[in-house]
Amino acid sequence: MIMITREEFRKIFLNGLWKQNTGVVQILGLCPLLAISNSVVNALSLGLATVFVMAASSGAVSSVRNFVPHEIRIPVFVLIIASLVTVIDLAMNAFVHPIYLVLGIFIPLITTNCIVLARADAFAAKNHPLHSVIDAVAMGLGLTLVLVVLGGLREIAGKGTLFSGIDLVFGEAAKPWVLHVLPDYHGFLLAILPPGAFIALGLLIAARNWLNARAERRVRLAAAHA
Amino acid sequence: MMKASSLNALRTGAVLLVFSAVGTALLASTFNATRPAIEHNEQEAKLALIRQVLPSTLFDNNLLGDARSLPADDLLGTRKPSTAWIARKQGEPSGLVLEAIAPDGYSGEIALLIGIAASGEVTGVRVTAHRETPGLGDYIDIAKSRWIEQFRGKSLATPPGSKWKVHKDGGDFDSVAGATITPRAVIKAVKSALDYFVRHQAELLTPHPAQ
Repeated sequence: MIMITREEFRKIFLNGLWKQNTGVVQILGLCPLLAISNSVVNALSLGLATVFVMAASSGAVSSVRNFVPHEIRIPVFVLIIASLVTVIDLAMNAFVHPIYLVLGIFIPLITTNCIVLARADAFAAKNHPLHSVIDAVAMGLGLTLVLVVLGGLREIAGKGTLFSGIDLVFGEAAKPWVLHVLPDYHGFLLAILPPGAFIALGLLIAARNWLNARAERRVRLAAAHA
Repeated sequence: MMKASSLNALRTGAVLLVFSAVGTALLASTFNATRPAIEHNEQEAKLALIRQVLPSTLFDNNLLGDARSLPADDLLGTRKPSTAWIARKQGEPSGLVLEAIAPDGYSGEIALLIGIAASGEVTGVRVTAHRETPGLGDYIDIAKSRWIEQFRGKSLATPPGSKWKVHKDGGDFDSVAGATITPRAVIKAVKSALDYFVRHQAELLTPHPAQ
């Protein structure tokens, strides 16, 4: 039984959430990112579905990594990912139908989200299942984080609300949970449409780069003073 | 040398075959396990939509069991067969729900579900699919505004045919300034569906369910 050290765990998570963030650093898997990030609820739902698919597929890929000949690893990985996504698609259709109605067409797209295959090939195929699942969850959460921030920005700018559509997830009773951040707002169509996603993502990437550059400058200054 | 490489190819193929077989088995069993729940959900969703256009006081039959296929018709805007659900109260036909399409929306077709009582009065209309501009033409969707509810209680006699237009064109229906193409298409489609109903009423509202 291989255990994971606290240090390794921290490193994998930091990589997924910040250093190698899927959305704003690797810029991978943008198709669902741009399509579904028009509200927080949509973004979070698809993000969590992606985390789940990534964890399951990385775990599965890692468990069979020693049986898969190198030449056919990609078809086998794609097969595993596609099967898992279809299982999740059917399960969501059966058990959480309202969310399925919103996300339905995007769930199969998780298969084509290259970040899932990228993590399977770049990490899971070379590491122990435990590490692989943690890496997948970290990467997925990093993507979810970007999705939710993007969803929040676009929803506030586009509709003046937060958490609209939450009743689709938690039932009619959740309707009052919708926050009207900007009352009497008439909406800003551009933010809801695809260009809004590109603009908001661009801003996020810029913000991330700025924060990173500032942190590096501080480290260099501190080193110079020492 | 040749032998080793062909053996290797065979082994690789076998591995791929095993993975495909496991994947297929997984999918087949999940499909079977979830099918009843999925079918139930789809029926429920359809019925929930139908209940929005046809008040439940108007029927006591199993609507989904009394569906019939209608051939494509210009008045319904359909190019493929559509479905009509016949409502009955104590066995007597009391109305129906039609699928119709408004072909001339701002960005393509608008799919509608129209409930009509036996008297020829509209009991409700819902948009089931559209690609109208978000925030502009999408107020025909009940999720965005109550605009679509103004059809309830209307018939070919009230208002008269010449008034089945938006206010801007001299008719009786509201619309949002700057987005009149969409409501025009919907109003026209609902009126044509009523024309269709009047023309085919006798064959649609038969005393006994179609076999």
